[in-house]
Amino acid sequence: MPKPLLELICPAGSLPALKAAVDHGADSVYLGLKDNTNARNFSGLNFDAKALAEGVRYAHAKNRKVLMALNTYPQPTTLKRWQQAVDTAATAGLDAIILADPGLMAYAMKTHPHLRLHLSVQGSATNYEAINFYHEHFGIQRAVVPRVLSLPQVENVVQHTPVEIELFGFGGLCVMVEGRCLLSSYACGDSPNTFGACSPGHAVRWQQTPTGMETRLNGVLIDRYADHEKAGYPTLCKGRFEVQGETYYALEEPTSLNTLEMLPEMHRIGIAAIKIEGRQRSPAYVAQVTQVWRAAIDAVKRNPATFKPQPAWLTQLDKVSEGSMHTLGAYYRPWK
Amino acid sequence: MKLTPPAALAKLLARLPAYPASLAFATAFNLTVWKSLQDLDWEALQERRFCVHVRDTGIKLWFSVATSGLKAEKAGQADVTFTATLMDFTRLALRLEDPDTLFFNRRLLIEGDTDLGLRVKNMLDGVEFETLLASFPGVLGRLVNRVRERALREGMA
Repeated sequence: MPKPLLELICPAGSLPALKAAVDHGADSVYLGLKDNTNARNFSGLNFDAKALAEGVRYAHAKNRKVLMALNTYPQPTTLKRWQQAVDTAATAGLDAIILADPGLMAYAMKTHPHLRLHLSVQGSATNYEAINFYHEHFGIQRAVVPRVLSLPQVENVVQHTPVEIELFGFGGLCVMVEGRCLLSSYACGDSPNTFGACSPGHAVRWQQTPTGMETRLNGVLIDRYADHEKAGYPTLCKGRFEVQGETYYALEEPTSLNTLEMLPEMHRIGIAAIKIEGRQRSPAYVAQVTQVWRAAIDAVKRNPATFKPQPAWLTQLDKVSEGSMHTLGAYYRPWK
Repeated sequence: MKLTPPAALAKLLARLPAYPASLAFATAFNLTVWKSLQDLDWEALQERRFCVHVRDTGIKLWFSVATSGLKAEKAGQADVTFTATLMDFTRLALRLEDPDTLFFNRRLLIEGDTDLGLRVKNMLDGVEFETLLASFPGVLGRLVNRVRERALREGMA
């Protein structure tokens, strides 16, 4: 079977979001269960057994795939929950599961040999040796590559692995120490790798004050926005801090990744799939972003040489973006 | 779709006592969309107090969730307060707008218990619009749907 090319992978935090993704042209939808087995563990978000069954039925009826993110790291006392989630995915007829933990990969391979495995971005594999290791030992068929490589580096990976390569195309960016970032635990005791969220809702407080809207994380002031300023997600990495008498984004400024203009290049080097970030977002976001990316991917497949992102697409994507600018991230990077 | 109340009306509305407004809201809510929401898991929301602050009209609605629907509450402390304009609340209710987008643009503010606010937002996002629509009486349901379809054509064509 030939490798897929530029499949569109869209996020769903709820059944209506899944349907919006399918209806607007996603090839696959990725989702998670209602617990810390995935990295979007927010109250009220995600799928229970009933929504999962209906989502899989809906997507399969329209010949689309459903993937389950099981991309956090089990702890010794809670390992059973992650193994049960793998069983749930297999029983519910998921097309693949997206894993980061090698122990869980071994379990999945042994218990459900026909279940397709993808390596999560949280697995943090940035070179083909690492990806091929996961392929040889656990039969990983696709890897989501962390957002730290330039496109020529990604091409080098593609050329040296039988594993399909998936790239992030659009959505919020973080400091990109994927699967290894413990920053939020310094403020709230929870890290995304085990709790499943960087800034859990219970630790976040927003308050409008006479000097602006304050964001606090477990009591720690991490930003204060003047009335005209755009806000970002309440994570430590995107806070403004006083460093040597100056207050600024000391780690990074809230910014969105948008790689529309690199689609012809991704097409040429054989990227299997493009992932859209945002399982925490609403069905309205999923519909709007999926619609734009479907049109763009169809256009690049028709004629990569003449492809140019339409201004209306960029306007639509900028409208829903975090931060006041978008970036190509590390994909475009002249230095090595 | 424009929905900005005239300044004079806004002033008048802001002076109305809060409880009758909350009662009217809770009653209208219970007669319509509650039917399609009652099977949700409201357990974690019991005995919590919510405030919806419609910024441009000055109206504040206070309510809690009981087993039979929303219950109007007297003005006072709320566990979580949502603040936005009438237009933005309407667009959110019609599923035309993404709450995070409104938050980034400082058009939606969630103060108090963020986790509770997120839970409500995500629970409501999990209900299909068609399900909500079906709980409205026929004519009203068709009207709401027509407004939404038109806004979708205008915004996403």
